[in-house]
Amino acid sequence: MSTTMITFRIFRYRVGDPGSERFEDTTLPVEKATTVLDVLDALNRKDRTLMFRHSCHHGSCGTCACRINGRERLACLTRVLDLDAQVVTVEPLSKLRKVGGLVVDPGGFFREYPSDWQTLRLSEANPEAKPPQELAGYVRLENCIECGACVSACPVQDFLGPAVLAGLNRERLHRERLHRERFDRRSADTGDREKPLLELASGERGVWKCRRALECSRVCPTAVYPAQHIQELRNKLRE
Amino acid sequence: MRNPFILSMMLPMSTPQVIIIGGGGTGAALAYDFALRGLRVTLLERGELTSGTTGRHHGQLHCGARYAVQDREIGRECMVESEILRRIAFPSIEFNYGLFVALCAEDERYCDSFIPACEACGIPTRLLTAKQALAMEPRLNPKLRLSIQVPDGSMDAWRLALQFFASARALGADIRNFNEVIGLNLAGSAEGGTRSRVTGVKVRDYRLGVEYELEADLVINASGAWSKKIVGLAGIDIAVSPSPGTMVAVKGRLNNMVISRLHPAGDGDIIVPQRNLSIIGSTQRLAEDPDNIEPPGDDVENLLDSAVEMVPAFRDASFHAAWSAARPLIGEAASAAGLRSLSRDFSLIDHRDSDGVDRFLSIIGGKATTLRGMAQITADWVCQQLGIQAECRTAEQPLLPARSYYRTRTGAA
Repeated sequence: MSTTMITFRIFRYRVGDPGSERFEDTTLPVEKATTVLDVLDALNRKDRTLMFRHSCHHGSCGTCACRINGRERLACLTRVLDLDAQVVTVEPLSKLRKVGGLVVDPGGFFREYPSDWQTLRLSEANPEAKPPQELAGYVRLENCIECGACVSACPVQDFLGPAVLAGLNRERLHRERLHRERFDRRSADTGDREKPLLELASGERGVWKCRRALECSRVCPTAVYPAQHIQELRNKLRE
Repeated sequence: MRNPFILSMMLPMSTPQVIIIGGGGTGAALAYDFALRGLRVTLLERGELTSGTTGRHHGQLHCGARYAVQDREIGRECMVESEILRRIAFPSIEFNYGLFVALCAEDERYCDSFIPACEACGIPTRLLTAKQALAMEPRLNPKLRLSIQVPDGSMDAWRLALQFFASARALGADIRNFNEVIGLNLAGSAEGGTRSRVTGVKVRDYRLGVEYELEADLVINASGAWSKKIVGLAGIDIAVSPSPGTMVAVKGRLNNMVISRLHPAGDGDIIVPQRNLSIIGSTQRLAEDPDNIEPPGDDVENLLDSAVEMVPAFRDASFHAAWSAARPLIGEAASAAGLRSLSRDFSLIDHRDSDGVDRFLSIIGGKATTLRGMAQITADWVCQQLGIQAECRTAEQPLLPARSYYRTRTGAA
């Protein structure tokens, strides 16, 4: 199989020691299918002090998001040669507390999610399908894998952020849908279910801080389009 | 050496300290079980949590039907444990049932052993005509002859483990990722002679760049495919080999139910839907080094071919990712031939009995579906050894959601 030599410029950092921040260059042969995560794995086999997060290796867990050549991507789904660059720079996500090397503390945005929000939704796949009689409907985990890419890419500071606001709107739509399908559409208004959500959305760190840079939607690896959710919330609040 | 962590909570100093090596699903469930029984627990993982095998598994919540014909015991365990997980870990599980599909006369004949085997394991089945199955899953191969519905599901490997970690941490367990065990401290056994006893571990903390030691009343190796290396630190050899399996994901959720081929378990016969992906797996081979298990190219082609047989739409779906997970295979196997017949179940090894090393256990193997049950058996054994009266309570109440892991901070990353 043909290989190409690529230089990897990896960010190194030890917590509590700002002087330890540096980039380390290594040149390695890569193949067509080699991902940035494969490269980090290979480097780690030789140098265990290289810190990075990874788990599922197929874009489902959301742990391996990094800034790769200046843009937020999942290391596991980014093929090195697709970057079309001789030098590949890998840095940790911005805005989140640096823990060491490429590792950040995702708690920075996880702590923003209220604990009663669900992540299971009704599945939209094969809408004509008839589920087994034991089930009311097929369910699935939502698209957002909470990787933090949008949080890192967003230029706005002191903000709930695109991940949480998109989650908020999906939670609102989910509650609406459950209500619609369980009860008579005309019976009760949706105010009580929506109120706490809309209050959070319209708060000081809510949707009005968004400057519509749209970076969140550009970098999202699972096509959640957070900017669109933020816009929907703004429209809803203007009603 | 300075200990960079706050030690756990308000437990009296006489409370036994258990150290778990390995932050996969096994370690997660163990940490929770011990914490719930009131023990002091420290878990050490050299990288991110679930960065070894757990995070990369197929994502199937097994009701046991896949194993029922071959091994009733595993079938029964899976049924019991999958029901418990559906109750305690529902936010990590897409529970949509599964279909075993018969595509040829031979598959159809397999019904005769499959259905009674499921019944014997307590797994409810429903025999469906091709028409009924296609109504549930319109993308199935229209040539299917019949199908059997079973209570399978999909799970999020990372979030399921994280639910256990979150719940353990909330109870005071000290979960330390990026902390690698680089040595085991041994002392002469209280029983004398050539026997020895593990008294603690030497750890390298990659975040702070320091090394330190921790004392323990008992150390458990839960490092799975990395077990040879860990028990080697105590001068013990163990017959565990990494056995990587490949999985391939395509973009798009082609089916909602888990689709399995109705025939004896083999390579590439299960399609698991996961979020907006469809995943075909798995294969099985042997490797030398669990850290170096890149999927071979022909695995990918073979897997896609068998997926197309069950769900023809796989042919047109775009490739998403291919990866391997290094399962630990217990028992020295010279070649990949016959691996399926080796037990895929877990082994609990007390190194006192096998190697004359006290206070040191290994728990190896098992399945993501049965992680809680494995932890229960292990913790029961440990409590008995340490003379602790505490019942297992992990099946009783729901786990904290995965996101909660990052709400309770006890110092680790």
